[in-house]
Amino acid sequence: MKIKQVNLTIDGNAVTVEEGATILQAARQVGIHIPTVCYMETLSPYGGCRICVVEIVNRKGQKPFLDTSCTHEVREGMAVDTQSPRVVRTRKMLAELLVASAPNVKIAQDIAARMGVTRVRFPMENSSCILCGLCIRMCYEQMDGKALGFSGRGIHRQVQMPFRTRPETCRLCRGCDFVCPGVIVPCEGTKDPGELCGRCVRLDDLPKCCPQETFGCFCERNPL
Amino acid sequence: MKKIRSAAELKQWKAQLLSGRKKSDKIIRVCGGRGCQAYGCQEVKKAFRQELRKQSFKTPPILKYTGCRGFCERGPLVTIQPGNIFYQRVNPEDVPLIVSETVKKGKIIDRLLFEDSKSGRKITTAQKIPFYRAQTRLLLSQNELVDPTRIEDYVAIGGYASLVKALFRMAPEEVVAEVKASGLRGRGGAGYPTGQKWENCRRAEGSPKYVICNCDEGDPGAFMDRSLLEGNPHSILEGMMIGAYAIGSNQGYIYVRQEYTLAYKNAEIAIRQARRAGLLGKNILGSGFDFDAETVRGGGAFVCGESTALIASIEGKVGEPRSKQIHTVVKGLWDKPTNLNNVETWANVPRIIQKGSRRFSAIGTEKSKGTKIFSLVGKIKNTGLVEVPMGITLKEIIYDIGGGPQGGKAIKAVQTGGPSGGCLPASLFHLPVDFDSLAQAGSIMGSGGMIVMDEETCLVDVAKYFTRFLQEESCGKCLPCREGLKRMGEILDGLTEGKGDPESLSLLEELGEVVTDASLCGLGKTAANPVLSALKYFRQEFEEHLQNKRCPAGVCLPLIRYAVSAETCTGCGACQKVCFAGAIAGEKKKVHQIQVALCTKCGACREVCPTQSIQVQSGGRS
Repeated sequence: MKIKQVNLTIDGNAVTVEEGATILQAARQVGIHIPTVCYMETLSPYGGCRICVVEIVNRKGQKPFLDTSCTHEVREGMAVDTQSPRVVRTRKMLAELLVASAPNVKIAQDIAARMGVTRVRFPMENSSCILCGLCIRMCYEQMDGKALGFSGRGIHRQVQMPFRTRPETCRLCRGCDFVCPGVIVPCEGTKDPGELCGRCVRLDDLPKCCPQETFGCFCERNPL
Repeated sequence: MKKIRSAAELKQWKAQLLSGRKKSDKIIRVCGGRGCQAYGCQEVKKAFRQELRKQSFKTPPILKYTGCRGFCERGPLVTIQPGNIFYQRVNPEDVPLIVSETVKKGKIIDRLLFEDSKSGRKITTAQKIPFYRAQTRLLLSQNELVDPTRIEDYVAIGGYASLVKALFRMAPEEVVAEVKASGLRGRGGAGYPTGQKWENCRRAEGSPKYVICNCDEGDPGAFMDRSLLEGNPHSILEGMMIGAYAIGSNQGYIYVRQEYTLAYKNAEIAIRQARRAGLLGKNILGSGFDFDAETVRGGGAFVCGESTALIASIEGKVGEPRSKQIHTVVKGLWDKPTNLNNVETWANVPRIIQKGSRRFSAIGTEKSKGTKIFSLVGKIKNTGLVEVPMGITLKEIIYDIGGGPQGGKAIKAVQTGGPSGGCLPASLFHLPVDFDSLAQAGSIMGSGGMIVMDEETCLVDVAKYFTRFLQEESCGKCLPCREGLKRMGEILDGLTEGKGDPESLSLLEELGEVVTDASLCGLGKTAANPVLSALKYFRQEFEEHLQNKRCPAGVCLPLIRYAVSAETCTGCGACQKVCFAGAIAGEKKKVHQIQVALCTKCGACREVCPTQSIQVQSGGRS
């Protein structure tokens, strides 16, 4: 059976992808970068961090709206803008919120630097979990462990094992550990609360702080 | 109860019920809604039963325990036929007198009648009370006629006749077309055209299909859905059956929020009775149409009112929304096409089928048809459930039905649509109440909460309350809603404590816009409405808090202080007695003083002062 192809435009470029692909997949296919936090190729899309929002117009004349590119499937004739002022402003604010809650998580600092956050206007906290849900999906979908889940609601939300004890289904495979962005501290090590890193975008004395001696901060998931 | 196997048998049953009723023309109806229950209507009912047994009658009057009548503030409510006499605030002690005087002799007891505060006249019947007079009660009027736990009552007032009409005289497509033509829009808040939704679900591929009734009503101060499901559950069931027939579904779910115990119980009873009467199950009325319904009880999460979260909850998963690009009508419950409507939407369906779409769409504005039930609460004289035609102005609702402000204060704003709605100022009270004009003004119709606020309400405080409420109820899945609302709450906290910094307001606005734009579900997308609309219409008040550290309404505790007015204080000492902090000093018959350092600002002294000498001061200078 031949898979149907869908035509759309991303940032004005005509793109043809297979039906059922997400906007994020389509964009990456043609080399357009969309930053992500809670997305991982081998896991189901979650749509929690909202960093990957793009502006979408389904039909001409329709009011544009924002949605996460990791969950939104492509549709024939769709026009996507990944860098509109509205998208940029939204991502910047989201990055500011993220880094304010978890300044000692590398990906939060990276996203903040990349989105041009130079000042955080909220009181800094020091959480080590950004609630991206990668560990839970890893455990559930790839390791068939079903040993992790979210408990609590809203600001009380946290990753927990059922009844706070390690279930028999957990084989200590460390898959959760492997995907967790929270265990990776910023390049220069843990920071005092309130400090923004952003050295890689300022490009000052880079070799000293960068462990990989490259423009390394975005290297893995968010290349420049 | 025998099984009804055909439309003719249903008709026969109705005739039989009506002829049986004529034996006694005296009917006592005690309101059994949750509001009246809180006032003790169960005791009143018990007293009536005992009293009717005690006093002898040739043909004993019928005692009915009906659904909510909306005027909850005046409960327990009792109406007596003939004469349609309306008694309010009835105590069990009043019952012997009512039975011996009103029921037996037809005499009216003045003391229990409603008194119009404007004219000072006593009003005998409900229809003449201003609160009821200005309403168009198409749905709620049935509540007072039926006992929700008796299917016979619903059949006697013509219930399930719409189902017969739909099943035997209309094709499913015709039912969809009729609902489409009526212009009915979803009453849950978003106002999506119901007929269109049904058509989409009908066209969607996959089987089985499901219908769901959403009774997870969580807005503070709103109880429209509860009263409908609690007071007339069979009308909801009938609506769902007609919808299921139109869509091609055989299974329905009624999702009731955990706190609504009575609504849940009555829905369960209704389903059981309908099953026993053969109105639910296989081959309904011999038409070949199968349908069954089940109740599902929520787990106490506000976010489960959102359709995808509700569906997840029915499936037994954590009630969290998912991306809604593929609508629930295509992929809903267990990934099957699912049609989800609000209680009030379903309740409108039998009427549309029975009376025709033209009769329904004769009421309302161009794009919003029919009537809407609002839960009118706050600083007004008459509070309760009101059903009004779409397009009525806010002014009419607040002043004519609500009776205007309490105690001669000026009404400042009205909050429509619950925590997802916005605050509209008095200058916009000429706005017609329909989906589009409210949305244009920066609020929403929502499910129908309406909170009226007077000059003693601080809008910053209100915005803070709603933001904190939503922050507590946010599921926490997406970053803007979880973190954004927390930060907005922090900024508003700062403002009410006089610790705001100059960029607070612009940051609030920026945050609000991002939360609206980027959130995953309807809860987050509308969560900033209270703050954004308050900032739009009452910016002055925010500025006062920020720049002058002053709360003009005298609500925000860190910014106010209590003081005794030297001119009017008589030195009676009443305030001294109630002040548990011991903050009031002064000798008898001499002007008292409040020691600011000790005062906890509880306001107890202000309530007891006979000369209103205790004043709230705010701001550094006064």
